Amino acid sequence: MGDSVTTVVVGAGHAGLAASHFLRERGVDHVVLERGQVGNSWRTERWDSLRLLTPNWLSRLPGQDYDGDDPDGYMTMAEVVAFIERFAAGAPVRTGVNVTSVRRTDEGFAVDDLRCRSVVIASGACNVPVVPDFGDLGVHQVTPFDYHNPDKLPDGGVLVVGASATGVQLAAELRAAGRHVVLSVGEHTRMPRRHRDRDVLWWMHETGLWAQRYDEVDDLDRARRLPSPQLAGGLEVDLNTLTDAGVELVGRLATVRDGVALFSGGLRNVCSLADLKANRMLAGFDEWAGLTDRVPLEPTRVPAKPRLRLDLGGGEIGTIVWATGFRPDYSWLDLPVLDDRGRLRHDGGVTDIPGLYALGLPVLRRRRSTFLHGIEDDARYVVDHLIRTSRGTFDQSVSEAR
Amino acid sequence: MTVTDNGVNVQALLDAREALKGAPEAARFTWRATSKWDRGVHSTTTIENFYGLGAEQSHKAKTEFAADHPEVFAAEDNGITPIEYLLVGLAGCLTAGVASVAQNRGIQLRSVTAVVEGNHDIRGILGDPDVRNGFNDIKVTFDIDADASKADIEAIVAQSQKRSAVFDALTNPTDVTVEVA
Ligand SMILES: Cc1cc2nc3c(=O)[nH]c(=O)nc-3n(C[C@H](O)[C@H](O)[C@H](O)COP(=O)(O)OP(=O)(O)OC[C@H]3O[C@@H](n4cnc5c(N)ncnc54)[C@H](O)[C@@H]3O)c2cc1C
Repeated sequence: MGDSVTTVVVGAGHAGLAASHFLRERGVDHVVLERGQVGNSWRTERWDSLRLLTPNWLSRLPGQDYDGDDPDGYMTMAEVVAFIERFAAGAPVRTGVNVTSVRRTDEGFAVDDLRCRSVVIASGACNVPVVPDFGDLGVHQVTPFDYHNPDKLPDGGVLVVGASATGVQLAAELRAAGRHVVLSVGEHTRMPRRHRDRDVLWWMHETGLWAQRYDEVDDLDRARRLPSPQLAGGLEVDLNTLTDAGVELVGRLATVRDGVALFSGGLRNVCSLADLKANRMLAGFDEWAGLTDRVPLEPTRVPAKPRLRLDLGGGEIGTIVWATGFRPDYSWLDLPVLDDRGRLRHDGGVTDIPGLYALGLPVLRRRRSTFLHGIEDDARYVVDHLIRTSRGTFDQSVSEAR
Repeated sequence: MTVTDNGVNVQALLDAREALKGAPEAARFTWRATSKWDRGVHSTTTIENFYGLGAEQSHKAKTEFAADHPEVFAAEDNGITPIEYLLVGLAGCLTAGVASVAQNRGIQLRSVTAVVEGNHDIRGILGDPDVRNGFNDIKVTFDIDADASKADIEAIVAQSQKRSAVFDALTNPTDVTVEVA
């Protein structure tokens, strides 16, 4: 039983569809298997107000630039889905197919009962929200996947844990809706929306920083684990704007003891690290532009006495929002390619199992790898590699498909 | 080109980090101190052995630390107050971090001084339930003379905190078990 095909792509997000774009261009017969619909993550796993972090002019996919009338705007989720759907035109996507197993066979792989010679894992880097386990907390808890808007949360204050892109955006939104908000801040990446009147991502793009290759990055392991930047599509959010809005900053949630959340006393340190790094990045942009003056950011204003304890049962907060990051889900992958921390082992998207590739992971081949415009180089490389190394054994199917 | 020499063997530390990647067991250390009551609030703590790299290890020499309380506490002041040992630990750890990070970043240090102040409301240990027993807060002030800009020095100090065992132990809760053998 079972069909066969040369290549199976798992996941019809923009990464899997970009793989399909180049596979079609090179005439490799393939299918893209998607458990939901095209762009499923953007459709089903995002909150209502979310906008893309990147400005529209940077939203481009292989062969498809943004052609709307607001190049400096930031797409809503509906717009992202439409953009990806347009990109999917002509791709051999089978929707509603949940891959539950990938095994090795003599000729290559079996993806459930579909046989193939190569597999591109493009199932996403953010399949599961990471939530620390502090036992039973006796308070309503949500992850960014269950959060939709402030009205859907029970009344009362909110403890937002995590101050990366998700945490600062949700803290701002909840505060604007009149909630009492306490934001627990661990290590974070500060990034002003604008620098010298231009979008900070313009600088990332133009200076070439974003295009830096994975094998040129100083500490790749760290770069791959970097928290997402404190950015929002359109509005300016950082810890200072949140403080001004009345959000209370506390340190990293260290543990919960007897129903009391205990926060780290290291808040000042994580803020000064983030300030230093952000200023260093901006100084690098200025140097690139040949500017000698500097426009340092206002230092993060840390409360004089950050609170170290919050009684979760005391009525001050009714909900905890876990904005503590995401991880991929590889429970369906029956192949020895995960390291001891469950991360996929790969060298620029090429795993050590011949014929097995990955796309869409942080700093896969370049710093911009997970962003829409970052997929083109990565997908082209991976598809090239797939075709090159399959030559000889797979030549026939490649030329037949041409 | 001048060679930076703060006396820290950074290469050995980086090599250790690499080596331990494949051997998490070896990274498990147990630090040990044994204390004996002398008289009054005076005790002597001895440190000699520890466990690490999969085996028992010992310091080059045994060290003794006297702990007591000052005369304003109606004690004999045979040694420093136990809570002051936390300041010793924090100062020692952050300073070691500064030297190591500077070495790693090629920054030559000429002098490093740290003043560590812990504010302590002693009504807590005297039984006032509204005051905590430990420090209310701690302030560390570094004075560093080095071939580096102020921003670089600030970055070294920030990184040193980020990697400090004692900074972490003081700023984050730790599960402590106390038993009678
Ligand atoms: C809250 C949030 C906000 C984000 N904001 C931004 C942003 O503003 N800008 C940005 O560039 N990135 C953002 N990201 C990251 C974003 O996830 C990626 O940029 C983008 O979705 C990655 O595309 P992808 O194709 O790699 O993965 P995805 O879009 O996640 O696509 C993977 C696809 O694989 C499918 N799939 C997974 N497992 C299986 C399986 N076993 N069988 C079949 N199908 C499967 C999924 O249903 C999904 O459709 C955000 C992420 C989150 C969680």
